[in-house]
Amino acid sequence: MSASYVLLGLLARGPRHGYELKHAYDQRLPRAKPLAFGQVYSTLSRLERDGLVTQAGQDQAGGPERTAFAITDDGRTALDRWLAEVEAPAPYVASALLSKVVVALLVADPARATAYLGAQQQAHTARMRELTRLKSEQDLTIGDLIAVDHALAHLDADLRWLQTALHRVAALHREVHS
Amino acid sequence: MSPILTARDLTKTFGAQPALRGVDLDLHEGEIVAVRGRSGCGKSTLLHCLSGVLRPDGGEVAFRGERIDDTSEAYRSELRRTRFGVLLQHGHLISELTSVENVALPLMLGGGSRRAALAAAGSWLARLGVAEAAEQTPGRLSGGQLQRVALARAMVTQPAVLFADEPTGALDSLAGELVMKLLTRTAREQGTTVVVVTHDATIAAYAEREIVLRDGEVDPTGLGVAIGALA
Repeated sequence: MSASYVLLGLLARGPRHGYELKHAYDQRLPRAKPLAFGQVYSTLSRLERDGLVTQAGQDQAGGPERTAFAITDDGRTALDRWLAEVEAPAPYVASALLSKVVVALLVADPARATAYLGAQQQAHTARMRELTRLKSEQDLTIGDLIAVDHALAHLDADLRWLQTALHRVAALHREVHS
Repeated sequence: MSPILTARDLTKTFGAQPALRGVDLDLHEGEIVAVRGRSGCGKSTLLHCLSGVLRPDGGEVAFRGERIDDTSEAYRSELRRTRFGVLLQHGHLISELTSVENVALPLMLGGGSRRAALAAAGSWLARLGVAEAAEQTPGRLSGGQLQRVALARAMVTQPAVLFADEPTGALDSLAGELVMKLLTRTAREQGTTVVVVTHDATIAAYAEREIVLRDGEVDPTGLGVAIGALA
Protein backbone atom coordinates (compact mmCIF):
# COMPACT_ATOMS: atom_id res chain seq x y z
CA MET A 1 0.00 0.00 0.00
CA SER A 2 2.06 2.95 -1.23
CA ALA A 3 -0.01 5.60 0.66
CA SER A 4 1.31 4.16 3.95
CA TYR A 5 4.88 4.54 2.76
CA VAL A 6 4.31 8.04 1.42
CA LEU A 7 2.99 9.00 4.88
CA LEU A 8 6.03 7.34 6.48
CA GLY A 9 8.24 9.26 4.07
CA LEU A 10 6.56 12.54 5.01
CA LEU A 11 6.97 11.73 8.71
CA ALA A 12 10.66 10.96 8.13
CA ARG A 13 11.07 14.75 7.76
CA GLY A 14 9.59 15.37 11.24
CA PRO A 15 6.42 14.80 13.29
CA ARG A 16 3.11 16.02 11.81
CA HIS A 17 -0.55 15.61 12.52
CA GLY A 18 -3.07 14.05 10.14
CA TYR A 19 -4.34 17.31 8.67
CA GLU A 20 -0.82 18.43 7.70
CA LEU A 21 -0.04 14.98 6.31
CA LYS A 22 -3.09 15.02 4.03
CA HIS A 23 -2.10 18.39 2.59
CA ALA A 24 1.56 17.45 2.25
CA TYR A 25 0.53 14.23 0.45
CA ASP A 26 -1.73 16.08 -2.02
CA GLN A 27 0.95 18.73 -2.60
CA ARG A 28 3.75 16.24 -3.22
CA LEU A 29 1.69 13.96 -5.46
CA PRO A 30 -0.59 16.43 -7.21
CA ARG A 31 -1.52 14.09 -10.07
CA ALA A 32 -2.38 11.18 -7.80
CA LYS A 33 -5.88 10.65 -6.49
CA PRO A 34 -6.23 12.97 -3.45
CA LEU A 35 -6.05 11.18 -0.12
CA ALA A 36 -9.28 11.37 1.91
CA PHE A 37 -8.97 12.54 5.52
CA GLY A 38 -10.56 9.26 6.66
CA GLN A 39 -7.88 7.32 4.79
CA VAL A 40 -5.12 9.36 6.44
CA TYR A 41 -6.42 8.61 9.94
CA SER A 42 -7.14 4.94 9.25
CA THR A 43 -3.64 4.55 7.74
CA LEU A 44 -2.05 6.29 10.73
CA SER A 45 -3.99 3.96 13.11
CA ARG A 46 -2.72 0.93 11.20
CA LEU A 47 0.86 2.26 11.19
CA GLU A 48 0.60 2.94 14.94
CA ARG A 49 -0.80 -0.55 15.57
CA ASP A 50 2.18 -2.01 13.63
CA GLY A 51 4.64 0.09 15.64
CA LEU A 52 5.79 2.10 12.61
CA VAL A 53 4.60 5.46 13.95
CA THR A 54 3.94 6.73 17.45
CA GLN A 55 1.97 9.58 18.93
CA ALA A 56 4.16 12.63 19.52
CA GLY A 57 2.00 15.00 21.54
CA GLN A 58 -1.13 17.08 21.12
CA ASP A 59 -1.47 20.36 19.29
CA GLN A 60 -4.48 22.64 19.76
CA ALA A 61 -3.39 25.91 18.09
CA GLY A 62 -6.79 27.64 18.38
CA GLY A 63 -8.74 24.70 16.87
CA PRO A 64 -9.66 21.21 17.90
CA GLU A 65 -6.99 19.16 19.60
CA ARG A 66 -4.86 17.29 17.07
CA THR A 67 -2.48 14.40 17.62
CA ALA A 68 0.94 14.63 16.02
CA PHE A 69 2.63 11.44 14.84
CA ALA A 70 6.33 10.59 14.53
CA ILE A 71 8.04 7.78 12.65
CA THR A 72 9.63 5.06 14.82
CA ASP A 73 12.89 3.20 14.18
CA ASP A 74 10.83 0.26 12.89
CA GLY A 75 9.01 2.72 10.66
CA ARG A 76 12.32 3.95 9.18
CA THR A 77 13.43 0.35 8.62
CA ALA A 78 10.14 -0.44 6.85
CA LEU A 79 10.47 2.72 4.75
CA ASP A 80 14.06 1.85 3.76
CA ARG A 81 13.00 -1.68 2.83
CA TRP A 82 10.14 -0.40 0.66
CA LEU A 83 12.39 2.14 -1.09
CA ALA A 84 14.95 -0.59 -1.78
CA GLU A 85 12.41 -2.94 -3.38
CA VAL A 86 12.53 -2.78 -7.14
CA GLU A 87 9.09 -2.35 -8.66
CA ALA A 88 8.27 -5.18 -11.06
CA PRO A 89 8.51 -3.73 -14.58
CA ALA A 90 4.84 -4.42 -15.18
CA PRO A 91 3.90 -5.22 -18.76
CA TYR A 92 0.37 -3.85 -18.19
CA VAL A 93 -1.01 -6.65 -20.33
CA ALA A 94 -4.48 -6.07 -18.96
CA SER A 95 -4.68 -2.49 -20.17
CA ALA A 96 -7.81 -1.59 -22.08
CA LEU A 97 -5.67 0.15 -24.71
CA LEU A 98 -3.70 -3.00 -25.53
CA SER A 99 -6.84 -5.11 -25.70
CA LYS A 100 -8.61 -2.63 -27.95
CA VAL A 101 -5.68 -2.18 -30.31
CA VAL A 102 -5.16 -5.93 -30.69
CA VAL A 103 -8.86 -6.48 -31.26
CA ALA A 104 -9.11 -3.53 -33.68
CA LEU A 105 -6.17 -4.77 -35.73
CA LEU A 106 -7.10 -8.42 -35.81
CA VAL A 107 -10.88 -8.35 -35.91
CA ALA A 108 -12.12 -5.04 -37.29
CA ASP A 109 -12.01 -4.23 -40.97
CA PRO A 110 -9.20 -1.87 -42.03
CA ALA A 111 -11.40 1.24 -42.29
CA ARG A 112 -12.84 0.78 -38.82
CA ALA A 113 -9.47 -0.08 -37.31
CA THR A 114 -8.01 3.07 -38.90
CA ALA A 115 -10.85 5.20 -37.55
CA TYR A 116 -10.57 3.76 -34.05
CA LEU A 117 -6.79 3.93 -33.85
CA GLY A 118 -6.70 7.40 -35.40
CA ALA A 119 -9.16 8.63 -32.75
CA GLN A 120 -7.11 6.94 -30.02
CA GLN A 121 -3.92 8.57 -31.27
CA GLN A 122 -5.63 11.96 -31.43
CA ALA A 123 -6.87 11.58 -27.85
CA HIS A 124 -3.35 10.74 -26.66
CA THR A 125 -1.89 13.64 -28.65
CA ALA A 126 -4.48 16.09 -27.31
CA ARG A 127 -3.71 15.05 -23.73
CA MET A 128 0.03 15.42 -24.39
CA ARG A 129 -0.57 18.95 -25.73
CA GLU A 130 -2.63 19.82 -22.68
CA LEU A 131 0.07 18.57 -20.29
CA THR A 132 2.83 20.27 -22.30
CA ARG A 133 0.93 23.56 -22.17
CA LEU A 134 0.52 23.16 -18.41
CA LYS A 135 4.24 22.52 -18.06
CA SER A 136 5.18 25.46 -20.29
CA GLU A 137 2.82 28.10 -19.09
CA GLN A 138 2.48 27.62 -15.36
CA ASP A 139 4.89 27.75 -12.48
CA LEU A 140 4.54 24.20 -11.27
CA THR A 141 6.04 22.76 -8.12
CA ILE A 142 8.79 20.20 -8.61
CA GLY A 143 6.33 17.49 -7.52
CA ASP A 144 3.83 18.62 -10.14
CA LEU A 145 6.50 18.81 -12.86
CA ILE A 146 7.73 15.30 -12.11
CA ALA A 147 4.17 13.98 -12.14
CA VAL A 148 3.47 15.71 -15.50
CA ASP A 149 6.71 14.26 -16.93
CA HIS A 150 5.58 10.81 -15.76
CA ALA A 151 2.20 11.18 -17.48
CA LEU A 152 3.82 12.52 -20.69
CA ALA A 153 6.39 9.73 -20.81
CA HIS A 154 3.65 7.10 -20.51
CA LEU A 155 1.50 8.70 -23.19
CA ASP A 156 4.56 8.94 -25.45
CA ALA A 157 5.37 5.28 -24.80
CA ASP A 158 1.79 4.30 -25.68
CA LEU A 159 2.00 6.26 -28.94
CA ARG A 160 5.36 4.73 -29.89
CA TRP A 161 4.02 1.27 -29.16
CA LEU A 162 0.87 2.01 -31.19
CA GLN A 163 3.01 3.14 -34.14
CA THR A 164 5.18 0.03 -33.92
CA ALA A 165 2.09 -2.17 -33.81
CA LEU A 166 0.69 -0.44 -36.90
CA HIS A 167 3.95 -0.84 -38.81
CA ARG A 168 4.15 -4.51 -37.85
CA VAL A 169 0.63 -5.08 -39.15
CA ALA A 170 1.40 -3.12 -42.34
CA ALA A 171 4.59 -5.17 -42.90
CA LEU A 172 2.73 -8.42 -42.31
CA HIS A 173 0.00 -7.30 -44.67
CA ARG A 174 2.58 -6.56 -47.39
CA GLU A 175 4.22 -9.95 -46.81
CA VAL A 176 0.93 -11.86 -46.96
CA HIS A 177 -0.25 -10.03 -50.08
CA SER A 178 3.03 -9.83 -51.99
CA MET B 1 -8.03 35.28 -42.15
CA SER B 2 -6.10 34.19 -45.23
CA PRO B 3 -3.20 31.81 -44.65
CA ILE B 4 0.32 33.20 -44.39
CA LEU B 5 1.83 30.26 -46.26
CA THR B 6 0.13 27.81 -48.59
CA ALA B 7 1.22 24.76 -50.52
CA ARG B 8 -0.85 23.34 -53.35
CA ASP B 9 -0.27 19.95 -54.92
CA LEU B 10 3.46 19.99 -54.15
CA THR B 11 5.54 17.30 -55.78
CA LYS B 12 9.25 16.64 -55.57
CA THR B 13 11.24 13.66 -56.79
CA PHE B 14 14.86 12.75 -56.15
CA GLY B 15 16.02 10.43 -58.95
CA ALA B 16 13.32 7.80 -59.20
CA GLN B 17 12.23 8.36 -55.61
CA PRO B 18 9.16 10.56 -55.08
CA ALA B 19 9.59 12.56 -51.85
CA LEU B 20 6.41 14.65 -52.09
CA ARG B 21 3.33 13.46 -53.94
CA GLY B 22 0.77 16.24 -54.01
CA VAL B 23 0.92 17.97 -50.63
CA ASP B 24 -1.66 20.64 -49.80
CA LEU B 25 -1.49 22.70 -46.65
CA ASP B 26 -2.34 26.10 -45.19
CA LEU B 27 -0.40 27.74 -42.37
CA HIS B 28 -2.05 30.58 -40.51
CA GLU B 29 -0.53 33.68 -38.95
CA GLY B 30 0.95 32.95 -35.54
CA GLU B 31 0.15 29.24 -35.36
CA ILE B 32 2.59 26.54 -34.32
CA VAL B 33 2.34 23.41 -36.44
CA ALA B 34 4.24 20.15 -36.14
CA VAL B 35 5.01 18.02 -39.20
CA ARG B 36 5.44 14.38 -38.24
CA GLY B 37 5.97 11.07 -39.96
CA ARG B 38 8.47 8.23 -40.30
CA SER B 39 11.98 8.68 -41.64
CA GLY B 40 11.87 9.25 -45.38
CA CYS B 41 8.19 10.30 -45.45
CA GLY B 42 9.09 13.71 -46.95
CA LYS B 43 9.06 15.94 -43.83
CA SER B 44 12.35 17.71 -44.46
CA THR B 45 11.72 17.97 -48.20
CA LEU B 46 8.40 19.67 -47.44
CA LEU B 47 10.15 22.10 -45.08
CA HIS B 48 12.76 22.89 -47.73
CA CYS B 49 10.11 23.50 -50.39
CA LEU B 50 8.06 25.73 -48.05
CA SER B 51 11.10 27.77 -47.05
CA GLY B 52 12.34 28.16 -50.62
CA VAL B 53 15.53 26.12 -50.15
CA LEU B 54 14.25 23.67 -52.75
CA ARG B 55 12.09 24.28 -55.76
CA PRO B 56 9.25 21.77 -56.03
CA ASP B 57 8.93 19.87 -59.32
CA GLY B 58 5.23 20.66 -59.41
CA GLY B 59 2.61 22.60 -57.50
CA GLU B 60 2.82 26.00 -55.84
CA VAL B 61 4.06 27.62 -52.64
CA ALA B 62 2.72 31.06 -51.77
CA PHE B 63 3.77 33.44 -48.98
CA ARG B 64 1.09 36.01 -48.11
CA GLY B 65 -0.66 35.19 -51.36
CA GLU B 66 2.43 35.66 -53.60
CA ARG B 67 3.96 32.63 -55.28
CA ILE B 68 7.54 32.02 -54.25
CA ASP B 69 8.28 28.65 -55.88
CA ASP B 70 8.76 30.22 -59.32
CA THR B 71 10.97 33.10 -58.14
CA SER B 72 14.72 33.34 -58.51
CA GLU B 73 17.16 31.78 -56.08
CA ALA B 74 18.30 35.31 -55.14
CA TYR B 75 14.76 36.36 -54.27
CA ARG B 76 14.12 33.22 -52.20
CA SER B 77 17.44 33.68 -50.46
CA GLU B 78 16.49 37.26 -49.58
CA LEU B 79 13.15 35.98 -48.28
CA ARG B 80 14.91 33.46 -46.05
CA ARG B 81 17.14 36.19 -44.67
CA THR B 82 14.38 38.70 -43.99
CA ARG B 83 10.98 36.99 -43.58
CA PHE B 84 11.83 33.39 -42.73
CA GLY B 85 13.92 32.00 -39.87
CA VAL B 86 15.52 28.57 -39.97
CA LEU B 87 16.58 26.41 -37.03
CA LEU B 88 18.29 23.10 -37.80
CA GLN B 89 19.15 20.12 -35.59
CA HIS B 90 22.81 21.02 -35.07
CA GLY B 91 22.50 24.79 -35.01
CA HIS B 92 24.89 25.29 -37.96
CA LEU B 93 26.59 28.29 -36.40
CA ILE B 94 29.77 29.64 -37.96
CA SER B 95 32.56 28.18 -35.85
CA GLU B 96 34.97 31.11 -36.27
CA LEU B 97 32.48 33.71 -35.02
CA THR B 98 31.38 34.31 -31.43
CA SER B 99 27.75 33.71 -30.48
CA VAL B 100 26.87 37.39 -30.60
CA GLU B 101 28.50 37.75 -34.04
CA ASN B 102 26.63 34.69 -35.30
CA VAL B 103 23.32 36.17 -34.16
CA ALA B 104 24.16 39.63 -35.54
CA LEU B 105 25.14 38.25 -38.96
CA PRO B 106 21.66 38.13 -40.58
CA LEU B 107 21.10 41.77 -39.62
CA MET B 108 24.49 42.85 -40.99
CA LEU B 109 23.89 40.89 -44.20
CA GLY B 110 20.63 42.82 -44.48
CA GLY B 111 22.55 46.11 -44.39
CA GLY B 112 22.24 46.96 -40.69
CA SER B 113 25.15 48.65 -38.92
CA ARG B 114 27.53 46.39 -36.99
CA ARG B 115 26.88 48.25 -33.75
CA ALA B 116 23.07 48.03 -33.97
CA ALA B 117 23.24 44.40 -35.10
CA LEU B 118 25.48 43.43 -32.18
CA ALA B 119 23.21 45.28 -29.74
CA ALA B 120 20.12 43.48 -31.07
CA ALA B 121 21.97 40.16 -31.01
CA GLY B 122 23.05 40.71 -27.39
CA SER B 123 19.51 41.46 -26.37
CA TRP B 124 18.22 38.26 -28.06
CA LEU B 125 20.90 36.19 -26.34
CA ALA B 126 19.81 37.67 -22.99
CA ARG B 127 16.16 37.02 -23.78
CA LEU B 128 16.95 33.36 -24.42
CA GLY B 129 19.06 33.03 -21.28
CA VAL B 130 22.47 32.68 -22.98
CA ALA B 131 23.94 36.14 -22.44
CA GLU B 132 26.98 34.47 -20.84
CA ALA B 133 27.73 32.73 -24.14
CA ALA B 134 27.91 35.99 -26.15
CA GLU B 135 31.69 36.10 -26.51
CA GLN B 136 32.19 32.32 -26.81
CA THR B 137 32.66 30.53 -30.11
CA PRO B 138 30.27 27.62 -30.83
CA GLY B 139 32.88 24.98 -30.03
CA ARG B 140 32.85 26.04 -26.38
CA LEU B 141 29.06 25.81 -25.95
CA SER B 142 26.92 22.95 -24.68
CA GLY B 143 24.32 21.51 -27.08
CA GLY B 144 21.52 23.37 -25.31
CA GLN B 145 23.37 26.70 -25.38
CA LEU B 146 24.22 26.18 -29.04
CA GLN B 147 20.57 25.66 -29.98
CA ARG B 148 19.51 28.72 -27.99
CA VAL B 149 22.11 30.81 -29.84
CA ALA B 150 20.85 29.32 -33.12
CA LEU B 151 17.28 30.18 -32.07
CA ALA B 152 18.39 33.76 -31.34
CA ARG B 153 19.95 33.92 -34.83
CA ALA B 154 16.73 32.60 -36.38
CA MET B 155 14.56 35.11 -34.48
CA VAL B 156 16.75 38.22 -34.63
CA THR B 157 15.23 39.36 -37.92
CA GLN B 158 11.75 38.91 -36.41
CA PRO B 159 10.71 36.47 -39.11
CA ALA B 160 7.10 35.93 -40.12
CA VAL B 161 7.68 32.17 -40.30
CA LEU B 162 10.18 30.04 -38.38
CA PHE B 163 11.08 26.66 -39.88
CA ALA B 164 12.58 24.24 -37.35
CA ASP B 165 13.90 20.85 -38.50
CA GLU B 166 14.31 18.42 -35.56
CA PRO B 167 15.41 21.37 -33.37
CA THR B 168 15.96 19.23 -30.28
CA GLY B 169 17.16 16.06 -32.00
CA ALA B 170 20.69 16.40 -30.60
CA LEU B 171 19.69 17.45 -27.07
CA ASP B 172 18.90 15.63 -23.85
CA SER B 173 15.31 15.88 -22.63
CA LEU B 174 15.70 18.86 -20.27
CA ALA B 175 17.77 20.91 -22.74
CA GLY B 176 15.24 20.03 -25.45
CA GLU B 177 12.37 21.08 -23.22
CA LEU B 178 14.02 24.45 -22.55
CA VAL B 179 14.62 25.09 -26.26
CA MET B 180 11.00 24.21 -27.11
CA LYS B 181 9.64 26.39 -24.28
CA LEU B 182 11.72 29.35 -25.44
CA LEU B 183 10.91 28.72 -29.10
CA THR B 184 7.15 28.58 -28.56
CA ARG B 185 7.14 31.45 -26.05
CA THR B 186 9.12 33.84 -28.23
CA ALA B 187 7.16 32.84 -31.35
CA ARG B 188 3.88 33.62 -29.55
CA GLU B 189 5.24 36.93 -28.26
CA GLN B 190 6.39 37.90 -31.77
CA GLY B 191 3.35 36.46 -33.58
CA THR B 192 5.66 34.22 -35.59
CA THR B 193 4.22 31.20 -37.41
CA VAL B 194 6.25 28.07 -36.63
CA VAL B 195 6.62 24.83 -38.58
CA VAL B 196 8.45 22.18 -36.54
CA VAL B 197 9.52 18.97 -38.24
CA THR B 198 9.92 16.22 -35.68
CA HIS B 199 9.53 12.49 -35.26
CA ASP B 200 9.09 12.98 -31.49
CA ALA B 201 5.55 13.17 -30.07
CA THR B 202 6.73 15.02 -26.96
CA ILE B 203 8.13 17.80 -29.18
CA ALA B 204 5.07 17.82 -31.46
CA ALA B 205 2.98 18.34 -28.31
CA TYR B 206 4.29 21.93 -28.13
CA ALA B 207 2.43 22.65 -31.39
CA GLU B 208 -1.23 23.55 -31.67
CA ARG B 209 -1.86 21.05 -34.44
CA GLU B 210 0.07 18.49 -36.41
CA ILE B 211 0.28 17.33 -39.98
CA VAL B 212 1.28 13.71 -40.50
CA LEU B 213 3.00 12.73 -43.74
CA ARG B 214 2.98 9.23 -45.18
CA ASP B 215 4.99 8.37 -48.28
CA GLY B 216 5.08 12.01 -49.39
CA GLU B 217 1.40 12.73 -48.81
CA VAL B 218 -0.59 14.28 -45.98
CA ASP B 219 -2.18 11.38 -44.11
CA PRO B 220 -5.73 12.42 -43.15
CA THR B 221 -5.95 9.57 -40.60
CA GLY B 222 -2.96 10.98 -38.71
CA LEU B 223 -1.59 7.47 -38.21
CA GLY B 224 1.27 7.68 -40.71
CA VAL B 225 0.69 4.12 -41.92
CA ALA B 226 -1.98 2.36 -43.94
CA ILE B 227 -3.68 -0.55 -42.25
CA GLY B 228 -4.46 -3.43 -44.55
CA ALA B 229 -6.71 -6.37 -43.81
CA LEU B 230 -4.83 -9.32 -42.37
CA ALA B 231 -7.34 -11.90 -43.50
